[in-house]
Amino acid sequence: MEYFNTLLNEIYKIMFLVIPILVSVAMIVWLDRRVWGLVQKRRGPNVVGPFGLLQTLADALKYIFKEIIIPASANKTIFILAPVITMTLALVAWAVIPLSETMVLSDINVGILYLFAVSSLGVYGIIMGGWASNSKYPFLGAIRSAAQMVSYEVSIGIIIINVLLCVGSLNLNDIVIAQKNLWYVVPLFPMFVVFFISALAETNRPPFDLPEAEAELVAGYQTEYSGMMYAMFWLGEYANILLMCAMGSILFLGGWLPPLDIYPFNIVPAPFWMIFKILFLFFLFAIIKAIVPRYRYDQLMRLGWKIFLPFSLIYVVLTASFLLYFDKLPKVSF
Amino acid sequence: MNLSRIIRTIFLTEFFFAIIKAIKEIFKPKKTINYPFEKGHISPRFRGEHALRRYPNGEERCIACKLCEAVCPAQAITIDSEEREDGSRKTTRYDIDMLKCIYCGLCQESCPVDAIVQGPNFEFATETREELYYNKEKLLDNGDRWETVLAKNIKTDKIYR
Repeated sequence: MEYFNTLLNEIYKIMFLVIPILVSVAMIVWLDRRVWGLVQKRRGPNVVGPFGLLQTLADALKYIFKEIIIPASANKTIFILAPVITMTLALVAWAVIPLSETMVLSDINVGILYLFAVSSLGVYGIIMGGWASNSKYPFLGAIRSAAQMVSYEVSIGIIIINVLLCVGSLNLNDIVIAQKNLWYVVPLFPMFVVFFISALAETNRPPFDLPEAEAELVAGYQTEYSGMMYAMFWLGEYANILLMCAMGSILFLGGWLPPLDIYPFNIVPAPFWMIFKILFLFFLFAIIKAIVPRYRYDQLMRLGWKIFLPFSLIYVVLTASFLLYFDKLPKVSF
Repeated sequence: MNLSRIIRTIFLTEFFFAIIKAIKEIFKPKKTINYPFEKGHISPRFRGEHALRRYPNGEERCIACKLCEAVCPAQAITIDSEEREDGSRKTTRYDIDMLKCIYCGLCQESCPVDAIVQGPNFEFATETREELYYNKEKLLDNGDRWETVLAKNIKTDKIYR
């Protein structure tokens, strides 16, 4: 009985995390479409609800009532499993994201490693979806996506090492607290830019949306999906984008810390700062979608392996030697 | 690659200027109309939903000459007619299959009495096919509903014919 109570308590806590995330994903989709439209001097969705805020809800309702079509030659089990995995992994990663010092589901001391591991697993959902569809466009899209995500994960990993060298801890709250005096966006600005661009590639956003390049691949790995399964891919994708924004704000923009620890800023509760920073990064994501053309595939690979990877490696050396020379290495307690 | 281009590539200057330009574009007036609440301009020659017109005294204009039926390239029009008690020839049946119709406007061109016309309405989508098989009542009703606009459009366009 006690075990049951603990379980119920945990589910209660998880619901408090998952439901706000799903709602904010819906809002973020609206924001994305709206910003995209406004930059192109269109209006964007503005009819359903105030300012069209409920547009995504209406879309989701439409997807729920649509028929799920499973191609005859598809591998049924994996075909159904793929969107489930994508969405679950995108949501699971949120367990360690701190919205304030105490508002975090599990404050584990290898938080950033967990985050990195889970976001790497995201590629499985995509490659399973592409392979199980048993059709050429989804397959090509999935292969492209997998190659792209793996390439850019490498540079993201090295960028994280940069931050970890300065912090001396893998715990996300420690990373935030270490930025109390100076956000890492200032000393590590080039790394922030590289992280941001890698995050674009990691989440298959324009200009790196090659896996779903509609002119070549119809819709990439999502081609054969319909109804709720398509919506789950779509939710997972946006939850991942939100996660990348959260990661960026924790690593570089001081997470839930106010910009300056002075009067008008520090009365605003910590979660608001976190949300504000995530929204700011997402706004950049949305604007970039509107202004850039799509990269060619070889350019994408060249950027990942020949430019970002050496550049971030050199920066690791620079950071490490700087910290060592000025004796600023963090105290690590084991 | 010359030096200035290398510097521009490394510091992503064009990228940052593009973001600033995009943010400026957000506040500029929109080029699109707010469609269901705000309609665009429609030419007086617009070929939309069909209507059968009447004379001001309420008499139907159509004299059942069947020119429109003959000219219709999609064969969407079906007309039956007979003599009325006062000796005039009138239609007993005037059906247009709006699903067959290609909105070419030939029926309107061929009509000697300006009875069948295509009005400015293009928002007549229905939920079933059957609702788009228009009969005489529906067409006359359309004519009564749109008469002011139809008369004005014919008058505006007259000088060009």
